[in-house]
Amino acid sequence: MELKDKLISSFMAFEEQVDVNSDIHNLRNEAMKFFETTGFPTKKDEAWKYTSLNSILKEDYSLFPKKEDAPDYRDIKKYFIHDIDTYKIVFVDGIYSSYLSETTHDKIDACLMSSALSKSKYKAVIDNYFNKIAPKNSLNALNTAFSHEGAYINIPKNTLADKPIQIINFSTGNEAALMVQPRNLIVVGENSHVQIIERHQSLTDNPVLTNSVTEVFAEKRAMIDYYKIQNDKSNASLIDNTFVEQHGESVCSLFTFSFGGKLTRNNLNFYQKGERIDSTMKGITIIEGKQHVDHNTLVHHQEPNCESHQDYKGIFADRATGVFNGKVLVDKKAQKTDAFQSNNNILVDDKASINSKPQLEIFADDVKCSHGCTIGQLDEEALFYLKSRGIPAKEARALLMYAFANNVLSSVKIPEIKKRINKQIALKLGVNLGFDL
Amino acid sequence: MLKIKNLHANVEGKEILRGIDLEVNAGEIHAIMGPNGSGKSTLASVIAGKEEFEVTEGEILLENENISELEADERAHKGIFLSFQYPVEIPGVSVTNFMKTAINETRKAQGLDDMPAKEMLQKIREKSELLDIDRKFLSRSLNEGFSGGEKKRNEIFQMAMLEPKLAILDETDSGLDIDALKIVADGVNRLRTKDNAVVVITHYQRLLNYIVPDHVHVLLDGKIVKSGGKELAKELEEKGYDWLKAVGSVQ
Repeated sequence: MELKDKLISSFMAFEEQVDVNSDIHNLRNEAMKFFETTGFPTKKDEAWKYTSLNSILKEDYSLFPKKEDAPDYRDIKKYFIHDIDTYKIVFVDGIYSSYLSETTHDKIDACLMSSALSKSKYKAVIDNYFNKIAPKNSLNALNTAFSHEGAYINIPKNTLADKPIQIINFSTGNEAALMVQPRNLIVVGENSHVQIIERHQSLTDNPVLTNSVTEVFAEKRAMIDYYKIQNDKSNASLIDNTFVEQHGESVCSLFTFSFGGKLTRNNLNFYQKGERIDSTMKGITIIEGKQHVDHNTLVHHQEPNCESHQDYKGIFADRATGVFNGKVLVDKKAQKTDAFQSNNNILVDDKASINSKPQLEIFADDVKCSHGCTIGQLDEEALFYLKSRGIPAKEARALLMYAFANNVLSSVKIPEIKKRINKQIALKLGVNLGFDL
Repeated sequence: MLKIKNLHANVEGKEILRGIDLEVNAGEIHAIMGPNGSGKSTLASVIAGKEEFEVTEGEILLENENISELEADERAHKGIFLSFQYPVEIPGVSVTNFMKTAINETRKAQGLDDMPAKEMLQKIREKSELLDIDRKFLSRSLNEGFSGGEKKRNEIFQMAMLEPKLAILDETDSGLDIDALKIVADGVNRLRTKDNAVVVITHYQRLLNYIVPDHVHVLLDGKIVKSGGKELAKELEEKGYDWLKAVGSVQ
C-alpha cells in the first residue's frame, strides 16, 4: 500500500483512540481531508523542484509503534547536551518518555503536547496559538491530522527560563521502519527569554521518516535562541516545518546544524508582526555520500523598522546535494527594513551539487536588502599559503572549511553547543585541530 | 645550504624558469633582482613547492637533500619559508591560532609534542615585540582587512615564529612605507644567525639599503644573467636592466 493510502486508512483508528477536545478533532479532520486531496509534494511543485521525496516514501513505515522500554540513558547520553543543566522533553518512537525527561510546571511550562491538547487548563493557549501560523500545505496538514504528541513550551510574560530546554526525539529501530510526526508549540510571553535545543536521533540504521511541525510565538520584546542539531543516521529523513511569529522588538535566532541523515528538508518561515523585530536564521551544512539537505526559508517583513539576517554555509562532498531556497518578502508597509541574506557553498568533489536560489520580493521603497550566494571550491592560493607554513594539505583544507563555517558558529550563545558543533565539524572533516574557534 | 641546479619550470605548459643555478650558504643574504615577468616570483614559489609549477628539469637541494618532489608543507618542515608578495586573507582564523597550528604541525612532523601553551605565548610575545606588533592584532583574522604594511609585517612575524633555515622574501618591500620598511628590515636582520640564510626577491634596490646582501643576482627571462656583490644592486638602480638584456642575449 502506498504511504498516502496507509495514512488515510489509519487516520480513523488514530482519531478514535486519542482523547482531545472537540475543536482539535475538527482541525484534524479538516487537515486530513486537505491531505487526501493534495497528497505528498512532488518535484512538480516549485518549492520541491530540487528535492524528491520518492525514495523515502517507498518504505513501509509503521505509524503506531508499540511502546517499548526506553533505551538506557548511558547508551544515549551522547545525544544530549549533557554537560549543562537543561530541561528535557524526550520522546522514544514518538511516545513520551518520562524516564528520560525532565519537564517542569514551575514558573514555565515545559511539558507534553498531548496533555496540552487534552487538559482544560491549557485550552486558552491552545485556542490562541495552536495551528495558527503553519501554512496550509500537504505536509503541515498531514502533521496536523495526526497531531498528538510533541513538546509544549509556554513561558509566561516577564520570565527568564532558568535553563535551556532540550527536545529530543529518539527512534529505537524496534520497528523495521517508522514514521513519526511530532507537533511542538512554543509560546514566549512579553519580555521573556528561552533557549531551545532540538534533535532527532535514530539509534539504528532502520529507516525513519519524521514530519515535524513547530510553531513558535515571540511576544513583544521576547528573546528566543533555537538550535536544531541534525546529525542523524544514514537512513533517517527529516522534514522539519518550523514557523516563527514575532511581535514588536522581539529577537529570535534559529540555528540549523545539518551534518547527518539521508534527506533533510527545513521549511523555516519567519513572520514579523511588529516593529523593530530582529530575526536571525543561520545554518551550517556539512554532508557527504548521497546525503541531501534542503533549506527552504522565508522571512516576511510586514511592519517597518525590522531586521532579518540569514547566513547559510554549506560544504558538500562526494555526491551530496544541497538546496538553498531563501525568500525575503517585504510588504509595502515595511519601510526601513534591513534584510540580509547570504548563502555560501563549497563543493569538495566534482559530483557534489548545490542549487541556490535567493528570492527577494520587495514592495517597499525605502529598504536595505542585500543577498549574496557563492558556490566554489577551496581557494588554491590559500591552501598553498597554509601548506607553505607547514600545515599539511588535509589539515589546511579542514582549517579553511572551519574558517568558512566560523561566521555562523561565532554567534552561537550556548558555549557547550559551540563546543559540540566545533567537535562535530572536526569529526566530519576527519581531523583534530589544536584549537577551538 | 640551498643548491639549485639547472632548474627549469613550466606553468600551464609555458617555460618560465629556463635553467637556474644558484647556491646559497648558511649565514648569507642573497638578493634576486629583475624586471617584471623575469621569473622572480616563480622561482620563489617553485622553491616553496607550489603545485601549479611543474619542474621539468634540474633539482633543488636543501642541505644536500633533493626537495624537488616534496609537498610545500614538507619543505616548510625542513626549514623553508616563503614570505608572500600577496599574503592570502583567511577570515575566521586568528593570527595566533594560525601560528599555533603551523608550529605544532611542524613539530608533529619532526616527531615532537605540541609546544606547551606557556612557551607558545612567551614566544608570541617576544616575536611580536620584535616587530612592534600590537597584541590586539594577533587575535584578528589572518590578513583580513590588514593594510599592505600590516600584511608584510605579519609575514615577517610568522618567519620569526617558525625560525626557518632558509627564508625567501618575495617583494616584501612592495606596499611598505619607509617606517614599515625599516621595521621589517630590522626584524629580518635581527633574525639572522650564522646558521640561516635569506633570499630577498625585489624589484628595487631600496630594501637592500636596509637588508644588505652578500650576493646580488639578476634574473632575466628565466635565467640568472649576472651575479655580483651588493654594488651590483646600485648599478642596476642607476642603469636599469636594459644593458643586461644585451648581455643575456650574447650569453
